[in-house]
Amino acid sequence: MSDVTDATTGKRAPTPDDALRIADSKQGGPVLAADGTPLKRSLARALRVQKLRALALIAPLLIFVLLTFIMPIADMLFRSVENSIVSNTLPYTTEALADWEPDTGEAPGEEVFQALYYDMFLAAEAKEHTTLGSRLNYENSGISSLFRGSGRSVDDVGEDQIDMLEDQGEHWEDPAFWYAMMSGDGGATDEGILQQQRQRLANLTSDNFGGEIGFIPGAEIAGILPRTVRAYTAFALFTAIADEDVVAEEEPWEAVKVALIEDLRTTDLSGYSGPGAAELQEAQGALADAEPISYRTAFEGMDKDWADSDVWRTIKIYSPAYTTGYFLNAIDMQKGPDGPEARPENQQIYIMLFKRTLFMSLMITGSCILLGYPVAWILANLPARSANMLMILVLLPFWTSLLVRTSAWKVMLQQQGVINDTLVWLGLVADESRLVMINNQFGTIVAMTHILLPFMILPMYSVMQTINPTYLRAAKSLGATNWTAFWRVYFPQSVPGIGAGSILVFILAIGYYITPEIVGGTTGTFISNRIAYHISSSLNWGLAAALGSILLAVVLILYWAYDKIVGIDNVKLG
Amino acid sequence: MSLRAMNHRNPVATHQNLRLGFDIKRRRPLRKKHNGEIALAAPNGNDAFVEFERVQKSYDGETLVVKDLNLTMPKGEFLTMLGPSGSGKTTCLMMLAGFETATHGDIRLDGVSINNIPPHKRGIGMVFQNYALFPHMTIAENLSFPLEVRNIGKSDREEKVKRALDMVEMGDFGGRRPAQLSGGQQQRVALARALVFEPELVLMDEPLGALDKQLREKMQFEITDLAHRLGITVVYVTHDQTEALTMSDRVAVFNDGRIQQLDPPDVLYEEPKNSFVAQFIGENNTLEGTIKEVNGDIGLIQLDDGGLIDAKLINVSKPGERTRVSIRPERVEFNRDRLQEGVHTLKAEVLEFIYMGDIFRTRLRVAGNDEFIIKTRNAPDQVRLQPGQQIEIGWLPQDCRALDA
Repeated sequence: MSDVTDATTGKRAPTPDDALRIADSKQGGPVLAADGTPLKRSLARALRVQKLRALALIAPLLIFVLLTFIMPIADMLFRSVENSIVSNTLPYTTEALADWEPDTGEAPGEEVFQALYYDMFLAAEAKEHTTLGSRLNYENSGISSLFRGSGRSVDDVGEDQIDMLEDQGEHWEDPAFWYAMMSGDGGATDEGILQQQRQRLANLTSDNFGGEIGFIPGAEIAGILPRTVRAYTAFALFTAIADEDVVAEEEPWEAVKVALIEDLRTTDLSGYSGPGAAELQEAQGALADAEPISYRTAFEGMDKDWADSDVWRTIKIYSPAYTTGYFLNAIDMQKGPDGPEARPENQQIYIMLFKRTLFMSLMITGSCILLGYPVAWILANLPARSANMLMILVLLPFWTSLLVRTSAWKVMLQQQGVINDTLVWLGLVADESRLVMINNQFGTIVAMTHILLPFMILPMYSVMQTINPTYLRAAKSLGATNWTAFWRVYFPQSVPGIGAGSILVFILAIGYYITPEIVGGTTGTFISNRIAYHISSSLNWGLAAALGSILLAVVLILYWAYDKIVGIDNVKLG
Repeated sequence: MSLRAMNHRNPVATHQNLRLGFDIKRRRPLRKKHNGEIALAAPNGNDAFVEFERVQKSYDGETLVVKDLNLTMPKGEFLTMLGPSGSGKTTCLMMLAGFETATHGDIRLDGVSINNIPPHKRGIGMVFQNYALFPHMTIAENLSFPLEVRNIGKSDREEKVKRALDMVEMGDFGGRRPAQLSGGQQQRVALARALVFEPELVLMDEPLGALDKQLREKMQFEITDLAHRLGITVVYVTHDQTEALTMSDRVAVFNDGRIQQLDPPDVLYEEPKNSFVAQFIGENNTLEGTIKEVNGDIGLIQLDDGGLIDAKLINVSKPGERTRVSIRPERVEFNRDRLQEGVHTLKAEVLEFIYMGDIFRTRLRVAGNDEFIIKTRNAPDQVRLQPGQQIEIGWLPQDCRALDA
């Protein structure tokens, strides 16, 4: 075929590709700068100062965002899996529970209860047992009161045996005697036990238990009376650091004496000649005939729930430092004997709330598109003067407090409100069957559409402004009707604006809190209201964090899907 | 008609290959139209294809942008509307396209009044100043659009799109987006899109305004060539007089809402009918004076400084009337030997000599006018005037036109 260009110039018109092709053909060995260094390095050096300056300019914001946004969110998200409270409060119990099989349906054996005694005693002294009780109460209601009650009466365990010990002489109630015995006679010391107990207390109370306490356990006595030394060291640390008393002047806790009684039952004192050797032998002889302390009976005496294997299963399930429990809870599941299982029907709420949140956010986004598109179109096609006037009307809601606007909707929509009154007055609605338009989904959708509408109109407007009206003329001149010209030519070009507006509105809506709280009633609340409840009322931050994480994941997934379907480079804010 | 002839350098032989579905010899319009378009048959049988009759346009109801426009175009003509901005030429085009409605008067296309026909039913192709290629569609989709809205079948569509793209040398670019093309390429695509649905009338609104000079000259040729090969009628709007002169069969010079002159380019240049046209088209020397004597269509003019010249009377006729005479720089003669016997001459002083390669441009002071220009061809025997030199200049009376003052 003969060509128009051939006739005149005899060559093809240049295309943008030509420049690239020419650039490619020039390759071959690195290009050098005037001083012989490779051009790339030269360029990098020249640009470095510029880059550093740019970095310095954004540094304040970067640091601010990092400190006030990224780190708190990361910390919050971490809470959704973090669960070290159980193993920190009950270190020996969780260790002893490792061998226990929950499936037997029986409470664990004596050694677990003994470990529980030491853990519970220290936790009660540090007043941390109630915190753990509340934590486990999320998973198994009733545990809170079980822990609170047991913490009160744990002092009474082994009362009889302690009395028998103290009957052996005043020295068993003498702080100095205990201190001397536990310190040894200046021989080898056991720093290891001290470090262990420091760590245990630090984990338990989240305080710093470092520093000098005026006591180091003796190595010899630690070999003979391990439980006693361990308990005494914990006592010494707590006394010196938490109570700020002198260790040698305070009588040891009951737990130390119980530990001694326990140690004396099995230990061999024959080779020991350190401080208190005679008294120990005397006590061992006197207590030989005494009944052994039954920890299990003691705990069951405090609360019969300790015999319930369910309680123990809960403790065992939540003993690892990290748990999926919060997340399972957030999707209406729980940890059962055979792994995750659905919660009972009457406790399921979160899935429904998530679905409702998504549904209503989509409804709100949809209403905003329907209401906002024509407005944006008018704004973009009016002369600048009238457009500015209209723009002020669009922005007017921003100048009013969110609470005022939401409350105004309450006034408008309630059963004795303006709209219902008008309808009744017009005779369209009977007085006894006034419309229910508030405290339900309808009210939330109406109020939130109104509040979020500007966020839809503004990006749409700025995109539509860039669409040259000539396109519509061109389409019409090519034979398209008004509708075809709009739908095939104008609308596709305005999609980036719709995209930007939708993302803005949807993401704002999905996490909205105040408006659903005020006008949502029970059926119009969002997942965010539940998160707020767990943050401020039930104090189950782990669950709140899990719900928040899921919400974040859902938004990211939707964003990803949007990118796949529409393409994120199709989003324009102007 | 030398300009016209230049454009027809391209032999007729290529016609056979490049038809785009048009029959060049066919003088009757298409009767079968898609999409409910009006069958634009010419019942009156005269040669008028596009007619403006007493058309007026006002935007604000106070001033007329177009005043009493009358224009008749035969089929196959390339007509350019030329004028300064604000002269009403684009408004006329938009009224023809249907984007503006005439306040008064009648616009007819092939004998049918189109005042009340919406733009999409007029079947007029249009090329816009900024091309208006739809940015979200590929080139092929852009071209396919007018065919789709006319419900033309897919295979037909592809065939026509391909032909149209080949016609403008853009056959390989069907899959690209407009943004990936250069200005000249976009211009070709816009042209192809305006032609792909085979309109008989194509409007072009300063289509070359955004191109650089070289490309513009090339496209000027391509557009006229294409228009003549396809036998389409073109209304072309521009404010570039060179473009108007080189491309058009006829040029309508617009000013102040009126057509000042409507003539072929050579007539327009050589015989401007009033001083606006004389000033607007090409370079021009003017001298002011009063008619002293009238002798047939030649008058004796007394210039304001007393000098006497002969001039052809155009739109002035009575002795004593004020007039502005206009002489083209290349028609001024300063070699006494070549001047006619007995013609009046004027004294002139050379102020500046500019060497421009193919021509010499000399600025003179004549009758108090410091901006009097003469142009001479660079020939071996040509005299190069020196600044300060005193010369005598004259011209043929018919080259000097006495116009309204």
